[in-house]
Amino acid sequence: MNENMNKPNDDDIVFAASGLTKTFGRSEKAIRAVDDVSFAMRRGEIITVVGESGSGKSTLARMILRLLPITSGTMALNGTDVTRLRGRGLQEYWRQVQAVFQDPFSAFNQFFSVRRLLHRSGKLLRHADVDLDSRMRAALEQVGMHPAEVLDKYPHELSGGQRQRIMIARALMMEPKLLIADEATSMLDASLRATILNVLFDLRADADLSVLFITHDIGQACYLSDRVLVMQHGKLVENGPTEDVIFNPKHDYTQRLLADVPRLHDVG
Amino acid sequence: MIVMEPVLEPSVPGEILLRASNLRAEYEAASGGIVAVDDVSLSIRDGEVLGVAGESGCGKSTLGAVLSLTARPPLYVLGGELEIAGRKLSFDPDHAPPRLWRGSVVSLLPQGAMNSISPTIRIGDFAVDIIRAHEPGVSRKEAIDRAAERLEQLGLPARALSSYPHQLSGGMKQRVVTVLSTLLNPRLLIADEPTSALDVSTQKVMIELLIELLDRRLVGSVIFVTHDLPVLRMIAHRIAIMYAGRIAEIGETEEIINRARHPYTGALLASVLVPEPQIRRRRITGISGAPPSLADPPPGCRFHPRCNLATDVCRTTQPPQVGDWHQYAACWWAQDHQGEAVVSYL
Amino acid sequence: MKLSRFTSRFYVALGIVFLVAFFGTLGPLLFTGKDLTTVVGGLYDAPSGKAWLGTDNLGHDVFTYLMYGTRSSLIVGVISGLIATFIGVVVGTVAGYVGGAVEETLMAATNIMLAIPQIVVLVLISVALDSRSVTSVAIVIAVTSWPWTARAVRAQASSVRTREHLDIARLSGANTVSIIVFDVLPYMLSYVVMVFVLQISIAILSEAALSLLGLGPSEGTSLGLMLHWALAWESVRNSAWWAFVPPTIMLTMVAFGFLLLQSSLDEVFNPRLRRDSGRKRRKRIASARTAAEAAEAATTSGSGA
Ligand SMILES: Nc1ncnc2c1ncn2[C@@H]1O[C@H](COP(=O)(O)OP(=O)(O)OP(=O)(O)O)[C@@H](O)[C@H]1O
Ligand code: SF4
Ligand SMILES: [Mg+2]
Repeated sequence: MNENMNKPNDDDIVFAASGLTKTFGRSEKAIRAVDDVSFAMRRGEIITVVGESGSGKSTLARMILRLLPITSGTMALNGTDVTRLRGRGLQEYWRQVQAVFQDPFSAFNQFFSVRRLLHRSGKLLRHADVDLDSRMRAALEQVGMHPAEVLDKYPHELSGGQRQRIMIARALMMEPKLLIADEATSMLDASLRATILNVLFDLRADADLSVLFITHDIGQACYLSDRVLVMQHGKLVENGPTEDVIFNPKHDYTQRLLADVPRLHDVG
Repeated sequence: MIVMEPVLEPSVPGEILLRASNLRAEYEAASGGIVAVDDVSLSIRDGEVLGVAGESGCGKSTLGAVLSLTARPPLYVLGGELEIAGRKLSFDPDHAPPRLWRGSVVSLLPQGAMNSISPTIRIGDFAVDIIRAHEPGVSRKEAIDRAAERLEQLGLPARALSSYPHQLSGGMKQRVVTVLSTLLNPRLLIADEPTSALDVSTQKVMIELLIELLDRRLVGSVIFVTHDLPVLRMIAHRIAIMYAGRIAEIGETEEIINRARHPYTGALLASVLVPEPQIRRRRITGISGAPPSLADPPPGCRFHPRCNLATDVCRTTQPPQVGDWHQYAACWWAQDHQGEAVVSYL
Repeated sequence: MKLSRFTSRFYVALGIVFLVAFFGTLGPLLFTGKDLTTVVGGLYDAPSGKAWLGTDNLGHDVFTYLMYGTRSSLIVGVISGLIATFIGVVVGTVAGYVGGAVEETLMAATNIMLAIPQIVVLVLISVALDSRSVTSVAIVIAVTSWPWTARAVRAQASSVRTREHLDIARLSGANTVSIIVFDVLPYMLSYVVMVFVLQISIAILSEAALSLLGLGPSEGTSLGLMLHWALAWESVRNSAWWAFVPPTIMLTMVAFGFLLLQSSLDEVFNPRLRRDSGRKRRKRIASARTAAEAAEAATTSGSGA
């Protein structure tokens, strides 16, 4: 692990979490869904969080997005504490931190057309002098969709993968500094997945985008990320550069995850 | 182009269970029809698992709806024939798809099924619905007992029936829903993306469950729809690759994975990401361009705008199906290079 | 929603409701010549060509009173239904969507309201009011009948809350009001419509109960008031059946019509519950339907059609 990663005065650090904890329920029966998680992300860095379902990955994502109250711990964006932001401040935060979720079926309001969905998010940009319409089109093209064809469609007229690409376009349209992708590509086919991962990969170079990529698919983690965090029962059990974690896992749990990965060709 | 005259009747694993020929299905949309399944023919043997893979929006789910006779407006089946377990029916554009045999002969496990059970009913109510849809007279208690027995037989906790959907983990929910949708022992189960939302460990358990259902003959055959080729390798006997509403290639799993003959199959395989050192060193580009709009597909081979091996004939004339019903590639290149794998040419 | 989803129960219910509404709204316009002050005979004259349904204790025409009474009952039902549904939906949705302490407070208040017998509160408020117009009676009823709606709506709202599209809305900077209006309510619309219809029939019955106790509107008439006077002036002992049978029948029709409408709407929105037509169809295609269909039906019932 890179030692100076956790130093708060590092100029390159976009986002830092320290001691993030989330408990659900009260007193004795409380469940620690996220337990004392600390990490730091540099500008343009892609970090993958892997772990089984129920290991707390999505809870962590929702805390970082400020969609869930934080039980304890702090987090900072560009050195500013964002743990307790409200109102305007929170809106400004969401302009810089955006997300794509896993389930393209429940992520759509079935009563909204694609255009209306994108327009709604676009309201966050109203102060920043931008041409919303062209941003919308550019974002859709980035994910390989024809704007003219999809803008007036309703979600039930789109296939699962098409919906997911629209959700990705929605997030990219905001040109965020930090993108939280919670299993965002697990519903996509291999070719499209590679295309989208490449889009993220290039944005980190061109636009300094940092990505927190949450997945159970170690193949994607391996392809995309600079560092890998492994989560089990709410705790970080392994945290290091991708090569070390994936090709030389220390923790039993990481080894087991790797063994379950379905492969195209038999290995070893 | 019709391929449905079987050149070779199979002996393993079993008799032909389902034979679909020339299926065509269209979504009626304001802007015109979208033909999402176009002239698809395929056969499945008893006991076989047929994987269906392909890019998003290529019509996999639509094919599932047509085969399970659950097509409903705006989806219309325009034509084709279906023969299941010796019984035949033909689709006719003027009539709604016949509703015979649904549930007991063919059962569909829809994409996202595990998240589409109403959050306000118990899993048990869902089981009662399924049994009663087939046998209206069955009492609630009897239906629940039958579901409980089936769950226990397969090593799943019967108490899941008294839970609300959100009280079960994703993997458990998916397995319980799968078992319940096969309560009527369908001859054919069509599972649409049953593992896509699950993590690797749960995926494995889910696949073991499907194999057990097959082994115990609780389901006859399975059509497994997914975009995840490595998962198909764990369970499918054969794989059909769909592109823009058509079958591009179909064949034995190991043949498809190791000796694909259709350029599209080759390109799909090349985009698979596995945790091995070589993928970190090279950029996996995916297939350039996007699949065509199904409202206005390109002439000739539908893949030609994205194909590296395309020739003039590809741009004008629909390619032939090279091979027999059991294993073929619809491609001009495959026609000219019989017996060769496409990988080394890409 | 396609028409084929409506059952014959629905059409019967709609027919009854239309008939009653027609009688109450257009009746007074068609059968003119008499109003509530016209005296056409003496105490309890039997039905005749002059007074189709006889006269009441003060010699008024019962048929005319029946039309105006139906009208007031409907007005009470609709006004009260609107208000009660509005309060119930607002309280329930806010509690279900916002959650936490807000939810606990709102639900505590709701439960207290539910614990006190509605009729006691109704009587107390009504006694406290000096003059009671039809509208004020409607408001009094509404104020006491929203709690169960709030409770039922809260359950629906908290199940919608688990959908990811609400997170997307929040990340888009949408405020709570916009999320409730555009993202939560549309998913419960079918349910809210049913609640509204049910509230109407409850309000009509509550008005009748209040009026029977002599706490109904202090001006005009209503079905309940007609019954009240018929009982007070001993129509039963005088065998003047025309004074109490017509309002009773009308009241039963109104309440039954709306209840039937509510339960048949339930079937439309929630095909799991479909009765006769469902059974017929199942017989015809005994071996049809898949798990998929059941799953879909279940979805419809949860997320609203
Ligand atoms: N109700 C509808 N109305 C119009 N077009 C539709 C409708 N449903 C699906 N389509 C279109 O039909 C095509 C095939 O859709 P289908 O759902 O079968 O794809 P799929 O292969 O299952 O994709 P995925 O892997 O993304 O689930 C898509 O182009 C889609 O946009
Ligand atoms: S037919 Fe031609 S264009 Fe189509 S896949 Fe084969 S080589 Fe490519
Ligand atoms: Mg699909």
